[in-house]
Amino acid sequence: MKAVVLGGTSGMGREVARTLVERGDAVFLLGRDTAELARSAADLKVHHPRQEATGFTSCDLEHPASFASALDRADEALGGFDTVIVTAGMFASQEALEADIELAQRLVTVNFANTVVFCEHARKRLLARGGGRLVVFSSVAGERGRKPVAIYGASKAGLSTYLEALDHKFSSAGLAVTCVKPGFVRTEMTAGLRPPPFAGEPREVAALVVRAMDRKQPVVYAPRMWALVMLVIRSLPRFIMRRINF
Amino acid sequence: MSSTTTLEGWGRLAVPGRELLSSDLETLTRGARLSRGLGRSYGDSSLPAREDDKIAGTRLADRILAFDPATGVLQVEAGVSLAELNRIFIPRGWFTPVSPGTKYVTAGGMVASDVHGKNHHRDGCFGAHVQKLRVRLASDDLVECSPTESPDLFYATIGGMGLLGHILEVELVMKRIPSAWICMESERVANIDEFLTALDRTAATSPMTMGWIDCLSRGKKIGRGLLMAGDWATVEQAGTAQPKPPTERSLPVQLPNWALNPWSARAFNALYYRKQLRQRIERTVSPEPFFYPLDAILHWNRAYGSRGMTQYQCVIPRAAGAPAVREFLTVLASLGCASPLCVIKDCGPQGKGMLSFPLEGTSIAIDIAVIPEIQRVIDRLNEFVIAAGGRIYMTKDRFTRADHFRAMEPRLDGFLAVRAKYDPARRLRSAQSVRLLGDAA
Repeated sequence: MKAVVLGGTSGMGREVARTLVERGDAVFLLGRDTAELARSAADLKVHHPRQEATGFTSCDLEHPASFASALDRADEALGGFDTVIVTAGMFASQEALEADIELAQRLVTVNFANTVVFCEHARKRLLARGGGRLVVFSSVAGERGRKPVAIYGASKAGLSTYLEALDHKFSSAGLAVTCVKPGFVRTEMTAGLRPPPFAGEPREVAALVVRAMDRKQPVVYAPRMWALVMLVIRSLPRFIMRRINF
Repeated sequence: MSSTTTLEGWGRLAVPGRELLSSDLETLTRGARLSRGLGRSYGDSSLPAREDDKIAGTRLADRILAFDPATGVLQVEAGVSLAELNRIFIPRGWFTPVSPGTKYVTAGGMVASDVHGKNHHRDGCFGAHVQKLRVRLASDDLVECSPTESPDLFYATIGGMGLLGHILEVELVMKRIPSAWICMESERVANIDEFLTALDRTAATSPMTMGWIDCLSRGKKIGRGLLMAGDWATVEQAGTAQPKPPTERSLPVQLPNWALNPWSARAFNALYYRKQLRQRIERTVSPEPFFYPLDAILHWNRAYGSRGMTQYQCVIPRAAGAPAVREFLTVLASLGCASPLCVIKDCGPQGKGMLSFPLEGTSIAIDIAVIPEIQRVIDRLNEFVIAAGGRIYMTKDRFTRADHFRAMEPRLDGFLAVRAKYDPARRLRSAQSVRLLGDAA
């Protein structure tokens, strides 16, 4: 597998990239901070069984102008990628987003509009070579309009809907789309929050994600228990959702 | 980025405070008063002096920055765990030069505690294999130190409990291993005199030794136990297959305080002593049960109940001889602490870390529940250790008094002088440094 990972320097993306290189796959990292990319590339080189180097270039989800050239560089370095993984995104608490409308605009733009634009660039390149895998981290927060994640959840709901449609439209053309829906995972992003039951570890999520992309599963919940939790949440009537704070 | 509102060490005595987590240690440690890894030090070494002290949690900074298979030189971020290093490097024929009794520690923590392992009599502490450190000082300056570059800072940071600077990166030399297996011998020993003789004998032939003692046995049986010795197996002995990853179970709930009592501890010790029917057995085992037997049960510290636990670990110098060790066990037995865990190990010469724990002699470690009379127990043990010319391991400590610590640490003034040079205002501090070194809280 030759995979481009946008957001592979930290959190779940770091573990997904490690899981791939440890089994010998080639990875190319995209991210905002070049120094961080260099450190993560060094880490991936040591994790690789043959210590093969990992390439990287800067690409910022806030700047769609960087997408095409970053993917071109990745393509050249990998000799044609067959997999694109997006783990990057923004998170902020509902309180912070309500207090700062500019922050809310940035978050919705990055998580929805710009991620869709990035995926469009990736999709076209993959379809042009007969298909491949597109794996994108959305969230269980997008499953239902919920009080604590109203804005973040809406940005992820839009993304999940787009990914579902991509799967419907292009799976016959060879594009395997996987929408990853992590529940609560202990990463830097959630460091300020009290972990609920079934909180997951990044390594465990990475193993599930890689397995799901190998099997070309369109949706994966991680940790798995969240599939059940969200099944319940999706089926709750509106009058209950109004009363609970979940 | 805040986390929980209390922090606790492995002994589970919580204090108010919160740790901040980030994979970017350079930014995170700016203005922080203390760094903290996986929180496996038993006492208060990794706990805040005050509730509002900024505590930098390093465990997300877990990248390996370089490894040279020609020399074994490894450069890592401070938050990488030993468990992760083992997972990656044991199958490739490398191991950390020193490993403590748990793999759930970080590289930074291993430096700050200058950990020792079963091979101390041969290879010294972890710090003896560290080549370079990258440190953020209390002044917020970033510096590198090594045996030749700011050696005073380097040797005060090794074993310095994080009080000289925040450890950001560690460069160490890994050790080649011939296989992923250990040839282990386990021998039943009848009493402490035989134990010390056996430790001496096996030290000459085995690079790794340690023993478990039934610390509730008395009279002629005092100090009976099991001596374990091991070496890495050759490929001829063990083949090239890799051990299976360990199956870890968790102690899901806290046991009631009465679960561990003198009767249950005595019963456990009597059974454990007889767990091998033969006087001596030899086996090839995976590194996990050999190095980290207690890691097989996650959260095993819950067995001590809500009262929490502490570990008393001291070293009695060789010069004090076997009678001092026997006397220590007699004092311990007279104090009536019910402990199923008492570990004995012979230490090699003192290393260069300015406050490193080991010195040539016998180290004894006992887990003790935090019973109401704990302070009297620790005081009594410390009085004995001071008289014998020994000292305690700060990483395990929660109850030692400042005057006792000073009495057992002739090196303290030297350490404080280096600390005064790099952190004159004593900005970096912990609950332990307030208790033992008199830092302002």
